[in-house]
Amino acid sequence: MPERVEIVRKILDSNDRLALENRKRLDENQILGLNLMASPGAGKTSFILETIKRLPAQVKLGVIEGDTAPVTIDSDKILAAGRPAVQINTGGDCHLDAVMVEMALDQLPLKQLDLVIVENVGNLICPAAFKLGTHANVLIASIPEGDDKPYKYTNIYRDLDVLIINKTDLLPYIDFRMDYFTTGVQALNPGLVTFPVSCKTGEGMDAWIAWLMGRLELNKK
Amino acid sequence: MHELAVTQDILRIALEEGQANRAAKVTGIYMTIGQLSSIVDDSVQFYWDHISAGTICEGAKLHFNRPTAVMQCQKCGFEFEMDDELIPCPQCSSFDLAVVAGDEMTVDEIEFLGEETSA
Repeated sequence: MPERVEIVRKILDSNDRLALENRKRLDENQILGLNLMASPGAGKTSFILETIKRLPAQVKLGVIEGDTAPVTIDSDKILAAGRPAVQINTGGDCHLDAVMVEMALDQLPLKQLDLVIVENVGNLICPAAFKLGTHANVLIASIPEGDDKPYKYTNIYRDLDVLIINKTDLLPYIDFRMDYFTTGVQALNPGLVTFPVSCKTGEGMDAWIAWLMGRLELNKK
Repeated sequence: MHELAVTQDILRIALEEGQANRAAKVTGIYMTIGQLSSIVDDSVQFYWDHISAGTICEGAKLHFNRPTAVMQCQKCGFEFEMDDELIPCPQCSSFDLAVVAGDEMTVDEIEFLGEETSA
């Protein structure tokens, strides 16, 4: 007769533990880590590039680019902007996990950095389940995606620290009910720090940079 | 959507616990995976058949307990079940909701044949 034994162990706990190791490593180097998530085409790379443009030169930034395909389109853009970047090819996986980030951290000059932005794979479902060890989860929602996304992708909104609403320059052309969108966000994440921006016109980027500089300051203490 | 990674972790846990319990063969795995976790049972089973092959877990039956999402309204206290899409409190229409159940993801029990019984 088979025996049954109660164990009760959390699935993906091993990822969470490795994420803690990544966090320790960032902290030892006094680096602020951001996990930047969004659906494909929301403007993650454009947002990073606009952030690079506006960050004071003394802030040393490194970028980890996650993609499912073996391409270096995104990391090439970051390198062209003069910042260190590592491309991760997930080999078809729909998200980054703590192991991939650990390997990418190995390739960045951590001692020289203040900030690491991890651009996750474009996806609103899977990245929400995998901790990376970064300090804050940042989501970019973009106007053309529609105003119902918080109602459909509840998990990713629940775990956010910062929300960026990108492509606000398209608001006059798209039926995006900001009230409806905001109601959904507030339900899942009351008081969430939110920055409406346009990477195209630069509108709203200053407020984001001010928040980021504040967070970097806190991280140094 | 990320069922492969989840299935790999289930296998890792089952192998560890199987070895710790001196199992010759793991025959069943009992899991609780809440509805909010966006995991599809069939997909886990599909990966399981592939990755458990050749281990002591090969052929183990996967048992899924899938509790539905239960939300509690933070305004009026009403508790109600919710599908994947976010809906307001049916009682007072508030969106101020807290998750009571449905985000669980655990391996609860394993069933196995011990080294002696199988010999």
